[in-house]
Amino acid sequence: MDLSCTDEEEEFRARLREWLAATLPGLPERPDPLDWPARRAYDCGWQRRLYDAGYADTHWDASPTQRLIFLEETELAGAPYVGANFVGLLHAGPTIAAEGTAAQRERWLPPILRGDEVWCQGFSEPDAGSDLASLRTKAVRDGDAYVVTGQKIWTSHAEVADWCELLVRTDPDAPSKHKGITWLAMPMDAPGITVRPLRTLAGSTEFAEVFLDEVRVPVENRVGEENDGWRVTMVTLSFERGTAFVGEVVACRRLLGELARTARKNGTWDDPVLRRRLGRLSAEFQALWRIVQANVSEAQATGGVPGAGGSVFKLHYSHARQELYDAAAAVLGPDALDLGRDWTLDRLSSLSYTIAAGTSQIQRNIVAERILGLPKGR
Amino acid sequence: MDFRLTEDQRALRRGVRELLAGRFDREVLRGFVDAPSLDRGLWRELGDAGFFSLRLPEAEGGVGLGLPEAVLVFEEAGRVLLPGPLVSTHLAAGAVPGAADGSVVVTSVDEGLVPWLDEADVVLGDVTGAVPVRSVDPLTPLHRLPGTGDGAHPYPPPRTSSWGDPRAERLPTTGLAEATLLTAAEQVGSAQATTDMAVSYAHARSQFGQVIGGFQAVKHLCAGMLVRVELARAAVWAAAVTGDPVEVAGAKLLADDAAVGNARDCLQVHGGMGFTWEADVHLHLKRAWVRAELGMTAARAEETVAAGL
Repeated sequence: MDLSCTDEEEEFRARLREWLAATLPGLPERPDPLDWPARRAYDCGWQRRLYDAGYADTHWDASPTQRLIFLEETELAGAPYVGANFVGLLHAGPTIAAEGTAAQRERWLPPILRGDEVWCQGFSEPDAGSDLASLRTKAVRDGDAYVVTGQKIWTSHAEVADWCELLVRTDPDAPSKHKGITWLAMPMDAPGITVRPLRTLAGSTEFAEVFLDEVRVPVENRVGEENDGWRVTMVTLSFERGTAFVGEVVACRRLLGELARTARKNGTWDDPVLRRRLGRLSAEFQALWRIVQANVSEAQATGGVPGAGGSVFKLHYSHARQELYDAAAAVLGPDALDLGRDWTLDRLSSLSYTIAAGTSQIQRNIVAERILGLPKGR
Repeated sequence: MDFRLTEDQRALRRGVRELLAGRFDREVLRGFVDAPSLDRGLWRELGDAGFFSLRLPEAEGGVGLGLPEAVLVFEEAGRVLLPGPLVSTHLAAGAVPGAADGSVVVTSVDEGLVPWLDEADVVLGDVTGAVPVRSVDPLTPLHRLPGTGDGAHPYPPPRTSSWGDPRAERLPTTGLAEATLLTAAEQVGSAQATTDMAVSYAHARSQFGQVIGGFQAVKHLCAGMLVRVELARAAVWAAAVTGDPVEVAGAKLLADDAAVGNARDCLQVHGGMGFTWEADVHLHLKRAWVRAELGMTAARAEETVAAGL
């Protein structure tokens, strides 16, 4: 039980803090959250600044503790979040770093780190959301390419992406539906791809339907072995559940502080029920931050890939985040109905957290089966 | 940073678990439920094993360990429902002669309640006028102090408590923070025990031609229990390392939730069996209710954490 950082890590923190203080005031104004091309430009610009200052690789090259420090400090300083670079930095990047060949790492990782290329996530399909392994988009080998035909849905950031982490079925006759899947990196400008943005309930087009009509993807774009894509995907998902939300926990703790200040100003703090509700949420987010540290310690000791503990975290975090924005609405009162106010859009966005990256129901199955050893069932 | 247990801490936990398994198994527990009393022999053995002197310096005959180790030990006590004023006696070691080696039993006034008053050798705090109550927990005899809920009002009037005014909330002093944290650690142990009991029952009990652990409704109850106990444990361990009073209050809040919530869900997984005296679930639930009133109540914990915002 050691929560202290080494001298080297503390120096890293101090240097980063200094750099953030010098850099953040000079950033351009944040774009309209509904304007995705503008958001892409803004998010990539921020990523480029991180790259030039030597902080871009903290997502998968630095030690896990350093990564925690990076996320903690950037969030505390109110720095921009990964935004459009989410899939590349937290998903495809770590997966390629862990499972890709040297040539693949050389081809795809530097542009992600520099903010030159944006990735989207082509996992879910109309009939394969929570039951992801039921996906039907097929890829047929033709010489040095896979010919891909099918449809993806909820494809995050497809509207502005250069690359897609794509799951396809390469062996329809495999003995189990998990065995015939392959992980491909698909260029989004290939002929045969049609992107139709979907509007979320928050009004934004952060995901899309993607139609694939005989799209040729070079065989060299396959990460991992053919038909071994499910295992590669599990690596991706453990990153998604294990560490991708880490920065947001810090952001939630910062938001709670802002809420308390607002509540003291507008008088809602005098309501003991609301005050105690904020106290309880604060205790929960503090504990969630400690769980993150426990998971990172575990991952650091076992080789870097977070385990099923990520599901424990995600289950509580996704609900606590929704409760946090409901509490924010209670503090704001009628202003909570104004989309122009801070937190209102975030409140709407938080509704996806118990669904995206595996619904809470799926996470409970994972915890029950993989951690508690209960039998598989329906 | 490495939040995992060290090898020494794992060995300590293993040692305490083995000691308790050998000396206070389920049969012994049920024996004391039928005939409640404090086992002085066991108390001495705990003293000999360093349970109470764990944090005293070695020069004073103690083990010289810290709060993180104490938390692990109290988790084990909570897991087996070890009875007695363990927290008070542990905290009195070094100050009250005989507490460290387990020859003296020390209790204290806590939130208007006094556990084990008749069996204790030393009582810390003013117990003038204390009256015995029929304790909900068969293995925690309780006295109540006058003016702390005499039954005149079924619900406390809103302004007679310190709930209403945040400025009335004081951060706990060091001793109180430690008592709160060690009580929270016992709650975590109990929450883990009821999780284990529920999972084990879900593996063993069959209905509709399969073990009930295969039903999603049961699995989801069990998964929720694990989430509660993991969240509470992370909070308690971290608070033991930082010693931060606000973090201690948050840890108590989540540990109470875990112990009470998991006992309830464990009872539900046991079905009709869970509602009988024979199952141990009710003992965990009742002890969890008592501990939730000791150290720091949920209302005070929430106010304390809010005051830190």
